[in-house]
Amino acid sequence: MHLSSTTAEPEVESGRTTYRQSVLLGGLAAALVVVALLAAGRGQVPISPAEVAGSLLHRLGLDLGPLPSAVQGENALWLVRFPRVTLAILVGASLGCAGALMQGVFGNPLAEPGVVGVSAGAAVGAAAAIVGGVTFLGNWSTAAAAFAGGVVTTLIVYAMSRANGRTEVVTLVLTGVAVNATAGALLGLLMFLTDDDGVRAIAFWQLGSLAQATWGAAGVALPCAALGLTVAVVCSRKLDLLALGEGPARHLGVDTERLRITAIVATALLTASAVAFTGIISFVGLVVPHLIRMVAGPGHRVLIPASALGGAIVVVLGDLIARTAVDYQELPLGVLTAVVGGPAFFWLLRRTRARAGGWG
Amino acid sequence: MRASGVRVQLGGRYVVDGVDLHADAGELIALVGPNGAGKSTLLAALAGDVRAEGLVEIAGLPIGRHRPAELARLRAVLPQKAVLSFPFTAGEVVRMGRAPWAGRPERAEDEAAVAEAMRQTETTGFARRPFPALSGGEQARVALARVLAQRTPLLLLDEPTAALDLRHQELVLSTARERTRAGAAVVVVLHDLGLAAAYADRVYLLAAGKVRGAGPPAEIFTEELLSEVYQHEVEVLPHPAGGAPLVIPRRLPGVPAQ
Repeated sequence: MHLSSTTAEPEVESGRTTYRQSVLLGGLAAALVVVALLAAGRGQVPISPAEVAGSLLHRLGLDLGPLPSAVQGENALWLVRFPRVTLAILVGASLGCAGALMQGVFGNPLAEPGVVGVSAGAAVGAAAAIVGGVTFLGNWSTAAAAFAGGVVTTLIVYAMSRANGRTEVVTLVLTGVAVNATAGALLGLLMFLTDDDGVRAIAFWQLGSLAQATWGAAGVALPCAALGLTVAVVCSRKLDLLALGEGPARHLGVDTERLRITAIVATALLTASAVAFTGIISFVGLVVPHLIRMVAGPGHRVLIPASALGGAIVVVLGDLIARTAVDYQELPLGVLTAVVGGPAFFWLLRRTRARAGGWG
Repeated sequence: MRASGVRVQLGGRYVVDGVDLHADAGELIALVGPNGAGKSTLLAALAGDVRAEGLVEIAGLPIGRHRPAELARLRAVLPQKAVLSFPFTAGEVVRMGRAPWAGRPERAEDEAAVAEAMRQTETTGFARRPFPALSGGEQARVALARVLAQRTPLLLLDEPTAALDLRHQELVLSTARERTRAGAAVVVVLHDLGLAAAYADRVYLLAAGKVRGAGPPAEIFTEELLSEVYQHEVEVLPHPAGGAPLVIPRRLPGVPAQ
């Protein structure tokens, strides 16, 4: 039984972003700035957010705000914390955006690089590059290998989990199980083949951490993330149409073949930028777009940028907790996100199962 | 639109086997026939969704030669079943029908086209409700509104009346009729021969992938032909007012109607 709404005026929602959606995007952007300033100030050398902002503005040539008063404050910021926070922002934005993009292409709210195994595939690529000593691309070698691994895995998952233009939840999740198992075995094999240093490096991939952040790493992740984000934003209108199914999207003029390939490459690019220097941080791409959808609706023009901002906030905050929760020790970030994301995944799975692949 | 020699092979068998068909501006064409006759597959071939032998032309060009965006401004397709992977509102779904016109002068008609389509399908009242929360019949009408909002000169509708009650069935077909008066061509798959007889200019009666009769309903809907095609005895009577054929399956006498 439905209670029909009795709106008198024949109001039809306009195509423009609503007030609520603008507030959401603005709020998320502001929150990200605050969280980033806070995160950069916390650690063994405490620096106030005002001093962090002051240090930033001085480097930009603006004589505003106080400089860090702590001994070694300036160095702590510019050599350790800023690269780390920058990388956290890039990784989080990539993961949030990759999740939203992947869910749009699969037409399934459970698709996420970590869940379906794309992160693991990218990690296998990166680990293979480390173990094999591939360095011909310099700083970019690991990222390039992660990207290659990501593309191959995404294509496999896509080909295996689709039938008749749809992806059923069960098929998708089982494909993810199979891909994650295979990738785990390959990582194990690589660990067996390599020396102690290699083992430590691969173990680091599996846990996920921002401890090895450098400006060099951020410099590689930035173009990957920027390109992937741009492509995702450009595709956002077409992704909306894809929610109607592949046939109807094509009837509305979407070149679905091209959209699919573009989105898969963009997902792999985003995942590579997230995984190459930090390892597997799962569930960010699952939980963040879901929360955004609850607030702003499923339209991808808001969902994609908002998921990127939300993902960045989550990873910056998560990393802050990971490195400050226990004195002189660092929790692995991937473990931390999984502790929150795992139960959220359970809940989503229960909700979605009832609808046999759909979403309501 | 015209099609000639259309054959579609599915699972090693010709589901549509040598169909010639044309639909001109201002015509409402009904595809009728028993289950498995190939009506929906033929419509899919006309929409360019399945690989078909033969020729399907829209606006004088084979459909394969149109770019997807161009084709979307020429023809709209209503699928048999509406699905939606994310909970967009009904209004947002109808607005998606305007996507092919983005960045063109016709974009100025967006608001009007959406409002008109929702009014015609009587869906304006639930514009703000999420599509998945609507009943089957409401979803079917929203899907139709999306197709109408596309404002194309050719409409291909696959069983638009299947999930609808009597009143809304009439509403859908009279809306389609209105479109033809405005110069559009409509090809619609129908199960209800009464509706086809009342609204179609011409019908194509299909059986086993072949056209068994094509022409005005009064000429095609004969007791002999329908009884053979449907493998069930039928009676055809002229409607007391207007004379459109009424098709009634023959039932065993004395079977209680409780």
